[in-house]
Amino acid sequence: MTDVSQTPQNAPKTSIHTVDARTKKRNAAERRFKAYGIAAITAGLLVLLVLIGTILSNGLGAFQQTFVTLNVELLESKLDKKGERNLEDIKKVSTFGYAPLLKTAFEEKVAELELETGLKSKDMAAILSKSAAADLRNHVLEDPSRIGTTVEFTFLANSRVDGYLKGRVTRESIANDKKISAAQLDFVDMMVAAGVVKKTFNIDFIIGADASDQRPEAAGIGVAMMGSFFMMLVVLLLALPIGVAASIYLEEFAPKNWITDLIEVNISNLAAVPSIVFGILGLAVFINYMHLPQSAPLVGGLVLTLMTLPTIIISTRASLKAVPPSIRDAALGLGASKMQSVFHHVLPLAAPGILTGTIIGLAQALGETAPLLLIGMIGFIASNAPDSISAGLLSPNSAMPAQIYEWAKRAEPAFYERAWGGIIILLIFLVTMNTIAVILRRRFERRW
Amino acid sequence: MPATWPVSWLVLILLGLSVIGYFLGRQRALASAGGDSRLLHSLPNFYGMNVLLSALIPSAVVLGAWVLIQPMVINSAVSSAIPAEVIAEGSSRDLVMSDVKRVAEGLEIARESGAVTLAEIRALDATQTDIRALLAEVGVALGSDVQPAILKAAQDYRAMSITGSNAMMIIVLLIAIVGFGRSYARTHHEYRARNIVERAVLALLIGAASLAILTTVGIVLSMLFETVNFFGLHDWKDFFFGTVWAPNFRGDSELAIFPLLWGTLYISVVALFVAVPIGLFAAIYLSEYASKAVRGFAKPLLEILAGIPTIVYGLFALVTFGPFLLRMFGDGGVLGVNWMTDARSVATAGIVMGIMLIPFVSSLSDDIINAVPQSLRDGSYGLGATKSETIRQVVLPAALPGIVGAILLAASRAIGETMIVVLGAGAIARLSTNPLDALTTITTRIVSQLTGDGDFASPETLVAFALGLTLFVLTLGLNVLALYIVRKYREQYE
Repeated sequence: MTDVSQTPQNAPKTSIHTVDARTKKRNAAERRFKAYGIAAITAGLLVLLVLIGTILSNGLGAFQQTFVTLNVELLESKLDKKGERNLEDIKKVSTFGYAPLLKTAFEEKVAELELETGLKSKDMAAILSKSAAADLRNHVLEDPSRIGTTVEFTFLANSRVDGYLKGRVTRESIANDKKISAAQLDFVDMMVAAGVVKKTFNIDFIIGADASDQRPEAAGIGVAMMGSFFMMLVVLLLALPIGVAASIYLEEFAPKNWITDLIEVNISNLAAVPSIVFGILGLAVFINYMHLPQSAPLVGGLVLTLMTLPTIIISTRASLKAVPPSIRDAALGLGASKMQSVFHHVLPLAAPGILTGTIIGLAQALGETAPLLLIGMIGFIASNAPDSISAGLLSPNSAMPAQIYEWAKRAEPAFYERAWGGIIILLIFLVTMNTIAVILRRRFERRW
Repeated sequence: MPATWPVSWLVLILLGLSVIGYFLGRQRALASAGGDSRLLHSLPNFYGMNVLLSALIPSAVVLGAWVLIQPMVINSAVSSAIPAEVIAEGSSRDLVMSDVKRVAEGLEIARESGAVTLAEIRALDATQTDIRALLAEVGVALGSDVQPAILKAAQDYRAMSITGSNAMMIIVLLIAIVGFGRSYARTHHEYRARNIVERAVLALLIGAASLAILTTVGIVLSMLFETVNFFGLHDWKDFFFGTVWAPNFRGDSELAIFPLLWGTLYISVVALFVAVPIGLFAAIYLSEYASKAVRGFAKPLLEILAGIPTIVYGLFALVTFGPFLLRMFGDGGVLGVNWMTDARSVATAGIVMGIMLIPFVSSLSDDIINAVPQSLRDGSYGLGATKSETIRQVVLPAALPGIVGAILLAASRAIGETMIVVLGAGAIARLSTNPLDALTTITTRIVSQLTGDGDFASPETLVAFALGLTLFVLTLGLNVLALYIVRKYREQYE
């Protein structure tokens, strides 16, 4: 009999309870390995936290805006010299004609509050947005009978003033700034104390249109939101039926041959093609070849449809596959045709899964930017919300992510704030859509 | 009266006709069976569907094909009719053709606004009327005066477009009515409507499924076509083997892909250096160590990173992370070194892109590690190995092909990523090895070449298609390789 438990002769005799050096090393390696794993998870979660923190801290400011409330006397002598209240005559007075009214309004306000300031009225009026005179003019044109009265009007403050109230602009940071001076900031301080300059919730950011790069304070994401909405409408109306039809064929009817294989390989490859390639396709086919209008949400929707189709097909096939064959067999056994068994029985049972996949696909499409750049959905394009469905589909517009990109490109801190604010809105949409998808899945998906 | 009826009207007419057909067909079938639906071969709805589909499908197919093919035919006909002497030195037939189209569109706008009538357009003579001034009145700006030959071509173009559209209108409507009539006439209680309808539906399903192939063909063809144009204008040797990227919109550009490819690969490698260790260790921890509660909490949170749109990462790189790196490594920074001059750099874009890829690597690897059979682990534990030894020496080698596949997929994502590099990587094409330098990538250049104001037929714009094709081939290769590896690996255990 051989001695199995033979030990080397010069090995020291140790108890099994004392840990030898090698075991210690192995245990340390074990702990190290586990620590790497924990570090990796922590790093990932930390990054997520930093990202969310950055978005919120930079973007929440966009939902508030600084306004200046003044009493403006709409002098008849300036705005309607003839005194006939003829709209055509009033229209002839350009925004330059309104500027002196603003200066006067500031002078009166200062006198009323008995403030001491060395500023000229021109510099006081400079704390307003560049569009202040135009806003006032529109207000007058809306109702010419206002001429001759004194109206209380709320103006947008300049983006520098807005930044000062939000802490983005400081006295140090404006040392070389031509747009605002320290004396003007002192004046703003006084006006804030008097309650004339106030920071309030800004609904125009959510529903308004983009503004030119001189007026970040007036820019809003509302019109771009409409653009995104119409694109998603196109995606939903095209990608859902086509995706479901394709999945039904591949899952239920397709014979196993090389054509089916080719289609399947194609779909899985399309799912991984970079989104910008779809943009090139859209530019070449829809715009250059088919002459669809540039920058139109219809074209954006078509491009995103092609991009979303693989996602929808893959998830639809998974939910069709999850319906047990016994359902099909039962239908066939009762005399239904193959087509009837699929459309009357399998498809309704797979519907929650299909819906979930579609919502996730839509959410993906909603956040996609790169293809939209190529089909021209960037730049300062839409200043008005579309007034009809066909205008919504065909007239130039932007989309939320493209609008965010546009603001990011303007390289001005006030626009960065808008961009982050836009991201908050975009993320709210995405989170809502994904939550709906999760709820749908939890509630309706059947386990067989 | 418009010169042509808009296509949307035609579509509405077709839809209306088919809906009417549905009800008429259904009624006729029931009537032929004396109102007793048991005598019908198929359910009444099938008879309705039969008329609906026969009216709609053939006409819609012809309509779609016509809309696609007509511009091509007219284009080539008009383009070949342009006399060679009109094409100026340094210009091309395509450029002249785009002038022709602009004039034709301008005439259409002028007609819509009432500045001219149809008959006047036909009678226009460039030697007598100043077309440029006429079109400028209605807001169409032309670069130069209109030559008689171009006006003639534009008139032909318009005439052919109008004739084509009218012919399409008539033919499509005829097809719809014939389809309607034929199927309606055939409707009878013994007619096998169900078989016909189901065959048609199957054909529709097949059509939807082949759209995937059509998309791929569209991608390849559209890019290939323009790439061939590009190589006609620019030396292909410079594109593939040159080392300088210096587009110049006045012509004479050097357009080599190498500096862009270098930037793309460099940034992707940096991204993978961030994403692979973190993603892989996260996957290992989640699948092998974590309790159910930790897994249920950490996994969805990590996957949020994948759901965040790339524009958010781009902005993060541009506004937050880039300036942070600059404060660290830039002139007068925290570390007291001057290695960085611009907030946009390889490291900025690479690291942020790496963050985006973490969940991509981790969830794919997680699936693959979970697919390794438990028996392998149990065997290893039985031999006395610790958990980490089992993972390193048994689980990971078994999962290696799948993990490699996951990494390749992540690499393909990194190469094709656009928004992060557009905002975070800079625009300087050079062959720098310093990760804190700004470099540019293929996707960045595609965006800037195609969103500029350049002429569409110039090599500086067309190069974007060659770049796109390269990108497509590159990512396709990686994807196919990754799928091949993953599939081969899966066969081992299932």
